[in-house]
Amino acid sequence: MSVVVAIGLGPVGVAPPTVLKIIGHHMMGLFDAESWARTDDAIIWEVRLPRVLLGAIVGAALGVVGVTLQALVRNPLAEPYILGVSSGASAGAAAAILFGVGSWLGRESVSLMAFFGALGALALVLALARSSGRITPSRMLVAGVAVSYLLSAVTSLLILFAESAEGARAVMFWLLGSLANADWSTLPIGYLGMGAGMILVFWWRRRLDLLALGDETAMASGVDPGRTRLQLVVVVAMCVGFAVSLSGGIGFVGLAAPHIARRIIGPIHRHLIPASAALGALMLVWADVAARMVLQPRELPIGVVTGVLGAPVLVALVRKLSHNS
Amino acid sequence: MITATGIDLRLGAVDVLSGAQLSTRPGQVVGLIGPNGSGKSSLLRCLYGMLRPNRGAVLIDDAAIGSMSQRSIARAVAVVTQDASAEGIDISVGEFVLLGRHVHRSDYQGFTDDDRKAVLDGLDMVDMSSFADRSIHNLSGGERQRVLIARCIAQQSPVILLDEPTNHLDVRYQHEVLALVRRLKIDSIVVLHDLNLASRYCDHLALLDHGRVVAQGRPDDVLQSEVLEPVYGIEVRRLADGPHSHFAFGPLST
Ligand SMILES: Nc1ncnc2c1ncn2[C@@H]1O[C@H](COP(=O)(O)OP(=O)(O)OP(=O)(O)O)[C@@H](O)[C@H]1O
Ligand SMILES: [Mg+2]
Repeated sequence: MSVVVAIGLGPVGVAPPTVLKIIGHHMMGLFDAESWARTDDAIIWEVRLPRVLLGAIVGAALGVVGVTLQALVRNPLAEPYILGVSSGASAGAAAAILFGVGSWLGRESVSLMAFFGALGALALVLALARSSGRITPSRMLVAGVAVSYLLSAVTSLLILFAESAEGARAVMFWLLGSLANADWSTLPIGYLGMGAGMILVFWWRRRLDLLALGDETAMASGVDPGRTRLQLVVVVAMCVGFAVSLSGGIGFVGLAAPHIARRIIGPIHRHLIPASAALGALMLVWADVAARMVLQPRELPIGVVTGVLGAPVLVALVRKLSHNS
Repeated sequence: MITATGIDLRLGAVDVLSGAQLSTRPGQVVGLIGPNGSGKSSLLRCLYGMLRPNRGAVLIDDAAIGSMSQRSIARAVAVVTQDASAEGIDISVGEFVLLGRHVHRSDYQGFTDDDRKAVLDGLDMVDMSSFADRSIHNLSGGERQRVLIARCIAQQSPVILLDEPTNHLDVRYQHEVLALVRRLKIDSIVVLHDLNLASRYCDHLALLDHGRVVAQGRPDDVLQSEVLEPVYGIEVRRLADGPHSHFAFGPLST
């Protein structure tokens, strides 16, 4: 429902019934294609639908990744960006946009460089966070923040050295995130990659419960905390890598979705994972609608929208936390 | 059945254990006693794989613990740890005990009615049935301790290790919990500070001092002034009182 309405909204509005008819026509050959404008057809089928679908999967993945990280480092403020993964992705994308690094990778070189950047950052965080074969939550947090700063500095340096205003704008757009590049050719990759990651996390839902209860409790119940953390972190990096490579850096969803979901449905991961996925998807699809609508016909970067909406959530959260302690 | 022999353990620059040995005894309660810092918790941690000794062997049913997965260790050994505090997420007592059943289910399996029954039985045995829906964060120290023991029971492992399970418990529950451990007739090792409790509820005692087991045997043989005085630096007087020995302690009169 929400998706159909969201598809219709934008600089060019299309009524929900027409949206349904156009989708029905393309998917199942229903309805007569003459009963609506050709431009509406193109906008809905070629632009909006892939865009909303991308928003849904990226939002869901960010929500699930946020839940996972919060359990892993046992800290309610953890989110995808705390691992330095997104800074890595941005640095990779900046190198590709500004200096053509990795241009031999072809048309998708920017996305692929972002993906490799994410994995590289993760490898660095893991190397720093390991002590005698174990990854401890506090070390992972510190390593993530350090790597994040380091790679943001690298990105800034790249922008400075490139001395190209246009390139800098392109990188900026990337850093702030956008779903505008969605098209049918990249969607399957995103759905496969992020979908597989989310299924794996759900598969390990009880391990998340146990890790979130503490390492001693996890061990007593037969879960090796160090190894499980490593496995989950790799899955997280894969999801974030896909998300950032397809839509740039989108903040706050990974933080806000799990928190709201937890309020509604409680901390048990069997329920929390699907709920965060659903909320993340909903939040991002509607944030994207706002990004399209607010400054028509210009588009806002979606990271700006999620930031503006997410900041109050964060503040409310911090206030509640300090209230409790 | 767990057997540890010749355990050396170094943590940082400290030799925490030197040649310690300890085993469970079939169906019996083994008490592990010793002064603060003598290495009781560390020895227990070696027995469930949380710490790896530098030398020596830990065998669970004749398999080296180093070759076992965390899951097979947890299936064989249930533990109540000394510092399992109220950290972590806020779930209900029932859910918490139920998660102890994770050892018997693979990742994709849901919990079954058997699991839920084991949880109810475990809670029932420690008198905590009415707390199933309460949050684990809002329990008194003693209630939390009993929930941890309920989880051990629900886990249905053939060996139970308990590190100071009587911590936080009032006098009545100190006796009830140890009597319960006895009734379970499961191989168990219990770390205790209270020597009166140790003498009353253990079938066998091991006395640890500076990382060495300096005495081992029937409680009446270990709890002798000649044995205890050099280790604790206190005077021990034994008072006969019906079937149970009682002990009175005081500073060495020099
Ligand atoms: N991670 C560590 N690094 C260095 N030394 C340690 C470490 N953990 C414990 N120790 C030392 O090892 C010794 C044994 O500690 P342990 O916790 O096993 O004692 P305990 O017998 O359980 O004492 P208590 O009765 O106070 O519980 C102590 O001297 C302690 O300071
Ligand atoms: Mg101890």
